[in-house]
Amino acid sequence: MSDDGTVVEARSLSKTFGRLAAVRSATFAVSRGEIFGLVGPDGAGKTTIMRMLAGVLRPDEGDIRVDGVEVLREPERAKRHLSYMPQRFGLYEDLTVGENIFFYGELFGVTKTERQERTSRLLEAAGLVPFQRRLAGQLSGGMKQKLGLICALVHTPAVLLLDEPTTGVDPVSRREFWSILYDLRETGVTILLSTAYMDEAERCSRLALLSAGAIRYCDTPARLKEQMPGALVSIPSSDPRRVRALLSGQPGVLGVLLMGDRVHVRVDNRDRRTPELARLLAAQGLAGALIEPAEPGIEDVFVALLGGQEAA
Amino acid sequence: MNGRRVRAIAVKEALQVWRDPRSLAVALLMPFMQLVLLGYGVSLDIKHVPLCVYDQEMSQQSRAVVDGFVSSGWFRLARALPNEAAIRTAMNRDQCSAVLVIPADFSRRLAMTGRATLQGIFDATDVNTTNIAMGYAAGATAQLQSTFEAKYAAAHGLTPSAVGSVDLEPSTWFNETLDSRNFIIPGVVAVILALVGAQLTSLTISREWERGTMEQLISTPVTTLELMAGKLTPYFVIGLADAAFCLGAAIFWFKVPFRGDVSTLFVTTALFILVVLGFGYLISVRVRSQLGASQIALLVTLLPTTLLSGYTFPLDQMPAPIRAISLVVYARYYVSILRGLFLKGSGLADLAAPLAGLCVSALIILWLAARAFHKRLD
Ligand SMILES: Nc1ncnc2c1ncn2[C@@H]1O[C@H](COP(=O)(O)OP(=O)(O)O)[C@@H](O)[C@H]1O
Ligand SMILES: [Mg+2]
Repeated sequence: MSDDGTVVEARSLSKTFGRLAAVRSATFAVSRGEIFGLVGPDGAGKTTIMRMLAGVLRPDEGDIRVDGVEVLREPERAKRHLSYMPQRFGLYEDLTVGENIFFYGELFGVTKTERQERTSRLLEAAGLVPFQRRLAGQLSGGMKQKLGLICALVHTPAVLLLDEPTTGVDPVSRREFWSILYDLRETGVTILLSTAYMDEAERCSRLALLSAGAIRYCDTPARLKEQMPGALVSIPSSDPRRVRALLSGQPGVLGVLLMGDRVHVRVDNRDRRTPELARLLAAQGLAGALIEPAEPGIEDVFVALLGGQEAA
Repeated sequence: MNGRRVRAIAVKEALQVWRDPRSLAVALLMPFMQLVLLGYGVSLDIKHVPLCVYDQEMSQQSRAVVDGFVSSGWFRLARALPNEAAIRTAMNRDQCSAVLVIPADFSRRLAMTGRATLQGIFDATDVNTTNIAMGYAAGATAQLQSTFEAKYAAAHGLTPSAVGSVDLEPSTWFNETLDSRNFIIPGVVAVILALVGAQLTSLTISREWERGTMEQLISTPVTTLELMAGKLTPYFVIGLADAAFCLGAAIFWFKVPFRGDVSTLFVTTALFILVVLGFGYLISVRVRSQLGASQIALLVTLLPTTLLSGYTFPLDQMPAPIRAISLVVYARYYVSILRGLFLKGSGLADLAAPLAGLCVSALIILWLAARAFHKRLD
């Protein structure tokens, strides 16, 4: 850790596969105790960045420091300071929950008492206590991810790298997962995670918005929202697709986004456009549609700032 | 090297083998089946090789030749063949493993020149039986030679040594040393251990890639050397058990006399197992799919070890370039060592040359294996 509290530092990271620039000159720094989120759609380069940070993939260009160690120069030393949980489940499905934890504990040189103390606490928090003798391959998706987290936390990493840790995980497991992460942050562990879930991005202390391999914006969720041009109104509807079709491209409408059974409309001036939109909808037989002012979520911000497709 | 990490890898690997039916089958069933296939088939059936005879002369003399072959105890007369075409049919129908052709002018030539040629045709689909049958035919022909030489000499008033003899064609097939299973079985043990050992470890790294466990594993501080040591350990134990099984079968079941020293046997066997395991590991690092790795391991081990280890085909009868190639077929050193230990009771000093070959192989292969793996995805 350097003096200013920076624990992870990536400078102009680039990685090209063949002719595809998977990561383009990514630069960011993460301070101790942060939960830093890499946010972007599939193929944005999240996994590639995670792998380079974890020291398992060499960037074509750039520098990485993790907990004061130059990852490119001393990848093996850096690995003692971090834990990495890959996007694809990386534990042994033919080993039990307990055996997997033991294995990773041994690789990181954790003492027996330390391991037992930490494991029992984590198993408790993850609701996995009754499953210790079960083969990892027979766990549900959510349980697998929590086991992955426990294995990553069996030693005391300075930095925890989680690549889409909650993709495909049920809501209960996700809550447990996040409560473990929050507890962990209290102990000073720095967490980097990637996610395609915007609600999850909201929980991070800082976000890097990725698109086509480049970090386009990097700030706290609140400040990113401030950067969103225009203002948001939300229209609940039983036929949101029709509403979207109607409103797209109207004067003053900067963007229209489906959010479940609501339509988020970004307008240049809320006070002026709200009655206009109401009239427009009424003319199409959608009279009485409620048009409420709304606070933007990260997804709104993401689409507003980066345009293009809606993220997952 | 951190002992705890090595042990953790070894324990994990052992658990995986124990729970993986395929690895378990390779570890336990394969040696047994190979032994039955290569060893049992060879050695117990090998008396009374079925022999067809195409006697073009049909004389008293030619019948004496056939009797000579049969009375040796090595051959059993399966059928007399009426014509040339019947040879192929008989071979195709597996009615015999060897055909003896006696030319129509056999007696005339023998009487006039003291030299005559028999033709032996061997079914080469079963390499082992063929080799043994060739050895037997050579033996039977040699016995005939002495009888006919004595007769010819007496008839012409010459001393036997001055006379020619009966030949079996092609004469290059003569192989005096291939006359007993004692010679074959130690070679069979070497071939089995080479096959099984390489198969076992060929799966170990490719399995991690295929199942997606490698990415997390290489993100830990484990070193490549620890990984290799840990991964080879359980297979080393399995390899030793397989060796004990095969060598035990050689001594107690096939009754090959063991005249050497048990501790030398142990040390050289352990060394050989290290070499074959390292070789399989090397393949496993290079080929990222389990199926591909095990097939390459099979291919790269099976052909060279059966053809160029000297286990059936004597190396000293091969052309120089092939002999040179055989220097890298590390199984040949272990074959020599085993033969020395079993048949001649050789000591370490006698075995210096093959032992040196084995040590060099071990150094090179383990060095390559240790360097082959990189803790990186690309
Ligand atoms: N090993 C690789 N070889 C070739 N292309 C790759 C490789 N890894 C990733 N890519 C490509 O790089 C881009 C970024 O991928 P990735 O980092 O996995 O994105 P994300 O994790 O955000 O979905 C994608 O277009 C992907 O197809
Ligand atoms: Mg990814």
